[in-house]
Amino acid sequence: MIAMSTRHILLGLLAGGPSHGYDLKRRHDERFPQARPLAYGQVYTTLQRLVRDGLAEVEGTGSDGGPERTTYRSTEQGDRELARWAAEIAPPAPFVTNEIFAKVVVSILAGGDPAAYLGAQRAAHLERMRRLTALKTDPGADLATVLSADYALNHLDADLRWMTTTAARLTTLTAEVDAT
Amino acid sequence: MNTKAEGPVPLLAARDLVKTYGGNPALRGASADLYAGEILAVTGPSGSGKSTLLHCLAGIVRPDRGSVGYRGERLHQLSEERLSELRRTDFGVVFQFGQLIPELTAVDNVALPLLLAGTARPAARERAGEWLERFGVRGQQDQRPGELSGGQEQRVALARALVTGPKVVFADEPTGALDCLAGEQVMTALVHTARECGTAVVLVTHDDRTAAYADREIRMSDGAVLPAEVTA
Repeated sequence: MIAMSTRHILLGLLAGGPSHGYDLKRRHDERFPQARPLAYGQVYTTLQRLVRDGLAEVEGTGSDGGPERTTYRSTEQGDRELARWAAEIAPPAPFVTNEIFAKVVVSILAGGDPAAYLGAQRAAHLERMRRLTALKTDPGADLATVLSADYALNHLDADLRWMTTTAARLTTLTAEVDAT
Repeated sequence: MNTKAEGPVPLLAARDLVKTYGGNPALRGASADLYAGEILAVTGPSGSGKSTLLHCLAGIVRPDRGSVGYRGERLHQLSEERLSELRRTDFGVVFQFGQLIPELTAVDNVALPLLLAGTARPAARERAGEWLERFGVRGQQDQRPGELSGGQEQRVALARALVTGPKVVFADEPTGALDCLAGEQVMTALVHTARECGTAVVLVTHDDRTAAYADREIRMSDGAVLPAEVTA
């Protein structure tokens, strides 16, 4: 598995006890506040695949006065797979897709204004960082919110440091790009 | 630029500041506004003039040319006495390190600005204690700066900067000497307290994560403030 694995995240949430799709989606979004919220469709498709692969099974259906819901639980095989995945090292990305660098180079090629672009991009990054900082310093913020905001902040900060260095070296980069 | 055609009058307004140190220009026509209650980050590479701008805004350094307006007064035209009074009553400062008096305990360091302003010693110490409490370092009140961690020392420095109820706090790399977590605690304490008290903050930093605590950023390069359209 290379991409962030929804099936393992769902297996992890099931490790705490049987649950139904709606509840899993809600708990996922609460636990990973800075992640993209899961779509219901994705939750149900993933649960069906987990059952197909023997990693989860249907415990039962009930309605509790509301719409009918299927409750799922993890299997032993599911628990083993979860333990294996959780201990597996996430490969440091060999190539980072860098849209910002691509835009700088294209801007130079097309005779645009890469410095102005970098300035505007910086403002957008910093605005996002301000929102995340406000979110994590809110007195009511729980640690999961703080840590996920920190993760995003550190990545945005890495982008910003790269942009600062690049902005300071635009003259050389322009000469290099124009020469080739 | 950061001037606004309409809207509130800035609390501090720097215009075309020029300052040279021994032939090296530190500021080459820097202009900036600070509005009441706002937290303003001053960012930019080393040597771009951030600290010199802060020193001019705080009346610590007189510019060679240009002006700093503060509530109807021009700082560079004031007498040394009036400037000292302003720095005591209206301005608070926090630096990266080395600002507390090593011979005094934490509570006496914080009480010092009140004593200088004429408050009686018992009242000054009591208020200092309340401010230490606010920054979570009441338990360290009888310790000397050398016995405090870096983060504790900065929180004592913040208490001292805010104890007189200033209109503006000038903070020059206040987290520069701290690890990540201690730095965050200091910034959170500063920002929360400044907002509660309606105190404006000028925050000089080279760290964008610290700048993200501010409401607004001005960015410096080669002794001047970059136009707003480049940074906002």
